[in-house]
Amino acid sequence: MRTFLLRRLLQTIPLLLGISALTFALLQLAPGDFLATMADNPQVSPAALEAMRHRFGLDQPWWTQYLLYLKNVFFHLDFGESFSRHQPVFAVLRTGLANTLLLASAAAVVTWGLAIPLGVVAAVKQYGWADRTLSLFAFLWLSVPEVLSGLLLVWFAASTGWFPISGMRHLDYDLFGPLQKLGDLLSHLALPALTVGLIPLAGRMRQMRSSLLDQLRLDYVTTARAKGLPESQVVARHALRNALNPLITLFGFTLGSLVSGSFVAETIFSWPGLGSLTLEALQAQDQYLVMGSVLLASGVLIAGNLVADVLLAIADPRIRHA
Amino acid sequence: MRMFWRQLRRSPLAVAGGGLLVMLYLLALLAPFLAPYAESDIDRERFFHPPTPLHVRDRDGRWHAPFVYGTHAGRDQTYELDLTQRYALHWFVRGARYRLFGVLPSDRHLFGVDAPGRVFVLGADETGRDVWTRLLYGSQVSLTVGLVGIAISFSLGLLLGGVSGYFGGWIDTLIMRGTELLLSIPGLYLIVALRGVFPLELPSQQTYLAIVAILAFIGWASLARVIRGMVLSIRQAEYVVAAEAMGASSLRVIVRHILPNTMSFTIVAATVAVPGYILGEVFLSFLGVGVQPPAASWGNMLNAARSTRVLTSFPWMLMAPGVAIFLTVMAFNFFGDGLRDALDPRKTPQGDRA
Repeated sequence: MRTFLLRRLLQTIPLLLGISALTFALLQLAPGDFLATMADNPQVSPAALEAMRHRFGLDQPWWTQYLLYLKNVFFHLDFGESFSRHQPVFAVLRTGLANTLLLASAAAVVTWGLAIPLGVVAAVKQYGWADRTLSLFAFLWLSVPEVLSGLLLVWFAASTGWFPISGMRHLDYDLFGPLQKLGDLLSHLALPALTVGLIPLAGRMRQMRSSLLDQLRLDYVTTARAKGLPESQVVARHALRNALNPLITLFGFTLGSLVSGSFVAETIFSWPGLGSLTLEALQAQDQYLVMGSVLLASGVLIAGNLVADVLLAIADPRIRHA
Repeated sequence: MRMFWRQLRRSPLAVAGGGLLVMLYLLALLAPFLAPYAESDIDRERFFHPPTPLHVRDRDGRWHAPFVYGTHAGRDQTYELDLTQRYALHWFVRGARYRLFGVLPSDRHLFGVDAPGRVFVLGADETGRDVWTRLLYGSQVSLTVGLVGIAISFSLGLLLGGVSGYFGGWIDTLIMRGTELLLSIPGLYLIVALRGVFPLELPSQQTYLAIVAILAFIGWASLARVIRGMVLSIRQAEYVVAAEAMGASSLRVIVRHILPNTMSFTIVAATVAVPGYILGEVFLSFLGVGVQPPAASWGNMLNAARSTRVLTSFPWMLMAPGVAIFLTVMAFNFFGDGLRDALDPRKTPQGDRA
């Protein structure tokens, strides 16, 4: 297991290097000279500018700049300075990343919390009315883009007034007690999490259904039934456990795709995550912030895939020793 | 080939999807003729005007040719019907000048009403522009982005995947590492980062090209990987060895002998991938960094609808582009599924021998 983990970890290094090279190239290709815009900014002191120039070797050829950038990022977690926010990029990104991960985790709860029970119902009552309704829903839902479902939820929230529509906290958040704070956060989280979580629901539900159906056809299920176990026991104790196995790896991959998926929800609901930050940075032409957030988002995606592989290796010893 | 069409026609969803696609693209092609107004024809008196239903009976129960009632503006963008003003719907009316297909000059529109009346099939937007008109013009952007983007990225994907699988060695390694790289950056982040390469303020035509370039740059990777896998197995086939023995150049072997055998897969993959490109444009324009008004696109129409006031008071601004996007994506999905079933060689055609 240790060698497997080590090998997988080592494989991510060239990938991260490549991504950093790509983002760096994009920075170089971007129009305009950001040092010049900074120099025009009265809020940036010449001394800070000089420090910046030195730290990132901005007066040197591009390959020195790239190496310096790499060194700063990987050894000092220094992603540069955000021009629009007058803060180190990493400080800005850290809160954004935490918020995005919070949103993505909540979305994962929504997806799996709905997909597993619905998939089980569809499989147990195969071709029953519930299965047919769910299939139809899944079929249509696949064509609803996230922008649309998000806006429909805003519409719902705005006409009922049941949920806050934007941001992450109430204005008086700091005055709230701890329970109230939690409630406030959850009510702000509900709609964005629903938006992100519902997108992969249709696919996951179908996978759960077919995975359980595969198991229910096997001999051990027949044996369990033959020895007189009630059907609920057969499904819950025997078939379901094995049916969840193939979904474990999907869980990790979903984690990565949820980061991308939360981009749209973040911008619709003004959730202060990585996606909103990236968009803001793009509009403010804040290059280091764009680069840093793309790098970090890729890091999450790669970590998600890594988690998927490790989970699979734990569940299936054949992969570990391959 | 004939068998393929028969297979395809047997699936009702594929037929429905295909038919819907033909209709949508026809609407886009004929947009200036089908739209009663010009793309950014502003009406300062009728901001957020609701849809004007067609009537054939007036309030006294008398029958007329189809007509719409006139309206009076009230407070806060509310409009009262004026039952005394009737504007008959005319066919093939003269209106704004345009060039059909970019060449044929004309000023005829399929339908319209006499000024000062206005016909808003799907309501009006925040500057009194006709939403139906903008939906049609927007479809020209949104629907073609998919096709052009697919054409570019699939040519790239086919060629690079083919080269990668055929030559192997360091070329293969290089190309495959490149695809891994593109696939491990979350898609929407990559789109936004690439958008930063182009100036934010661009004329709409250049924005369009920039969007296509961005989406094509991202899209080739996943196809190239699958094509590579297929090429690896085809490379061993006897006819490939024969072509090589006859002295055909590598490029010729790849393009003429190997890639045609991946075609059925490629066509299905392309059809299923188009919605991704359309949604890419919608995404960028929705965020305000894509096609900018006054040019219309489904994405920036959604952007105009995103405030809570618009959503609750003028829901047609969301529903019109929303339903259009939904129908388009669904049509491509249905058609793609049908194609996959029809082209699947493992499925034995039943009763096709007759």
